[in-house]
Amino acid sequence: MTRNLITPAQNTWCPGCGNFAIQHTLKDVLTGLEKEGRSLDDVVLVSGIGCHAKIADYLNINSVYTLHGRTIPVATGIKLANPKLTVICCAGDGDAYAEGLDHLIFAAKRNIDLTMIVHNNRVYGLTTGQYTPTSPLGFKGKSTPAGTTEYPFNPLELMLASGATYIARGYTRKMPGLAQLIRQGIDHKGFAFIDVLQICASFFNMTEYYQSRVYDIADHDTSDFEKACAKAREWDYNRDAPIALGVFYERALPTFDERCPVRRLPADDRTRRIRELFEAAR
Amino acid sequence: MKDVSVLVGGKAGDGINNAGAIVAQLLNHLGYFVYIYTDYPSLIRGGHNFAVIRAADEPVGAHNNRIDYLVALNQETLDLHLPHCPDCTVVANADLVKSLKSGQTVSLQAILAAESAHTITGNSAMIGAFAKAAGIPWGVVQEVFNHHMPKAADENIRVARRAYNQINTTRPVPALSNPPHSLFSGNEAIGLGLVAGGLSTYIAYPMTPSSTLLHFLAGNAERFGITVIHPENEIAVILMGLGSAVTGARTAVGTSGGGFCLMTEGLSFAGMAEIPIVIVVSQRTGPSTGLPTYTGQADLQFVLHAGQGEFPRLVVAPADAGEAYRWSVAAIHLAGKYQIPAFVLADKTLSEGTYSVDYNRLPDLPSADPVLWDGLAPYQRYLDTPTGISPLTFPGRIDAIVKVNSYAHDEDGITTEDARDVIIMTEKRRKKEAQIREAMKQYPCVSVRGVTGATTALLCWGSVRNACDEVAAQLGLRVIQPVVLSPFPDQQFATACQGVLHLISVEENATGQLAALVREHGGRVDGTILKYDGRPFTPDELLPQVKEVIAL
Repeated sequence: MTRNLITPAQNTWCPGCGNFAIQHTLKDVLTGLEKEGRSLDDVVLVSGIGCHAKIADYLNINSVYTLHGRTIPVATGIKLANPKLTVICCAGDGDAYAEGLDHLIFAAKRNIDLTMIVHNNRVYGLTTGQYTPTSPLGFKGKSTPAGTTEYPFNPLELMLASGATYIARGYTRKMPGLAQLIRQGIDHKGFAFIDVLQICASFFNMTEYYQSRVYDIADHDTSDFEKACAKAREWDYNRDAPIALGVFYERALPTFDERCPVRRLPADDRTRRIRELFEAAR
Repeated sequence: MKDVSVLVGGKAGDGINNAGAIVAQLLNHLGYFVYIYTDYPSLIRGGHNFAVIRAADEPVGAHNNRIDYLVALNQETLDLHLPHCPDCTVVANADLVKSLKSGQTVSLQAILAAESAHTITGNSAMIGAFAKAAGIPWGVVQEVFNHHMPKAADENIRVARRAYNQINTTRPVPALSNPPHSLFSGNEAIGLGLVAGGLSTYIAYPMTPSSTLLHFLAGNAERFGITVIHPENEIAVILMGLGSAVTGARTAVGTSGGGFCLMTEGLSFAGMAEIPIVIVVSQRTGPSTGLPTYTGQADLQFVLHAGQGEFPRLVVAPADAGEAYRWSVAAIHLAGKYQIPAFVLADKTLSEGTYSVDYNRLPDLPSADPVLWDGLAPYQRYLDTPTGISPLTFPGRIDAIVKVNSYAHDEDGITTEDARDVIIMTEKRRKKEAQIREAMKQYPCVSVRGVTGATTALLCWGSVRNACDEVAAQLGLRVIQPVVLSPFPDQQFATACQGVLHLISVEENATGQLAALVREHGGRVDGTILKYDGRPFTPDELLPQVKEVIAL
């Protein structure tokens, strides 16, 4: 069945919001999967809370609209309980890098087979403009009117240190490239992390800044960890530097769900085994 | 009542729990019902540990301060416990005991040397010595070692035999004719009940006194074909659990009060998104870190009210391993049918206490099956129905789009702020609560025990019931134990209280939380007996307290 991938829910993103680009890119990727004969009934989208998360209402696929910061644990539970499902997380930078940072690091450490798309607009939009972990030093938000006094962290470096097996960066105004990164991320067996630079039309419009600095990675060995680290450090989300887009690092490792295979038992066998334990405890 | 108590004491790391478990099996094989209480500080080595093994000719679930046999692995055990039981029969480790006025000793060092045995088998010498002092036939000792010490049973038997031969029988325990029962801790019983109820996934972060449930299920994951995960923290625990449950896998999580604090956002999510999950909360002494290895009942009101917003929840509080088993089966079934969070509320006494259980005498509770989507009309995750229960299907089902949502949502699971939708969904959850309340009439939600016609009754919940049972038997009182605490079984409770003129609540907290719940539901509680030192009520200390309150 070919389905309409957009629900009738009214879209409430601001005009010019970067989320539109991610939604349409993801829609195209899903359409591509369906054309190849994969059933979208086996796809689950897991979102956090924030502007990005409305994507769960807008895309007409299975979804779990979770809590702020909690995409990854929910997605991990889904994947472990039903490894046949393709699980895609959409999270904001507040979700992934502040409220749920612990889960992000552990997902990379475990290499759970998920695709993590971080809608990184470097500002809290839905709560009307506060700094996030990737806002540049001195960012003037409603909670930091005099400017932040802390450096942003570099999520790519963090993911390299945490053991992620697929690390990429995309940009909402480069949709074909973004589509490729997401598709590769879905095909990657293991934890696929994609930081997507997106502009916030209302609170942090970085379009011009990004337009003049982004470039596509070429001649890069994605299997070389040291080179990936160097490439990730080229731009630290704070000072001026060229901003590389593409895959920084990729390696094949057994996934968490593969390492915890479970052989389910028929109910009768279970009852018998329970009785055996009762017997053994006498 | 034939009633024997054995205290085994030593320092932490001496394997007191294992020694206690073998002593319990000896008495079990003599035909007694047994109960083990373990008391240990929150540390790995050093400090004083002890286990009290109580054996009786009828079921018991509490220990007394009165001790008949003192098995002392060190001097500290004698110093701490002998003053409280001057008449008890002492068996001690000669190597570590300086002065002993009366009693018998064996030298572990000498026995181990004579048998060329490993140090770790030393406790078997103490067990052998106790067995002889208590006149337990050698055949029973041998049988128990063979059954319950599968590793190096022969070496342990040799060590036990040498000690057995050095001791005289001074206080024989008469053998009874009962067959041995299964001995399970409360946490093991909860784990087995969850598995019997169809558990697929168990997720937990270690926290005493819930950790042994994690250990038990992790150790038996392959045997039962279940997934057991220990993630980064309790926030991840409940959310992973909810993710698992969204796929249709029956899921449980476990923790104690502090970990449950971290789970409350996930709990409220389960309430709003209608995701079935069992949450095992085993209480310890609070507030905050409190006394990690001691007991308490101070989290009842917390568990009843945790989580923002209003949503139905089931809370059951079993008193012993048998109840823990069958109510855990019921909790996982009911969570699935009504798509709600269901709590098994335990405490350290129940979780880590060991009880005699007879599989064939566990009464079945009604079963409850989930309502599944028939595949006819387009799938709506939150379809409003007369019962409030929306038929379930799961991601992966062909031609179904399953949208689960923590926001206020419409029947499709799409976020809404429409006032009418909000009312419909709130009332849908209320309808489910009414359904559960109705269904629970088929369950024994309130246990009435003791002298059921008595006009004075002890009101209690959880493991405290066992001490209440004994005191009630001695004083001719009724015992009223609500096992289900939410939804509160108003009718069954009223029936249980018929003819009661004097109701005394016995609880291990400082404010009388069950008494408050009963009053909230229009009941009258005439007095409270409260204990909040982390130690469980013992029948022998509760008896005079109850007498005093009755005399008022």
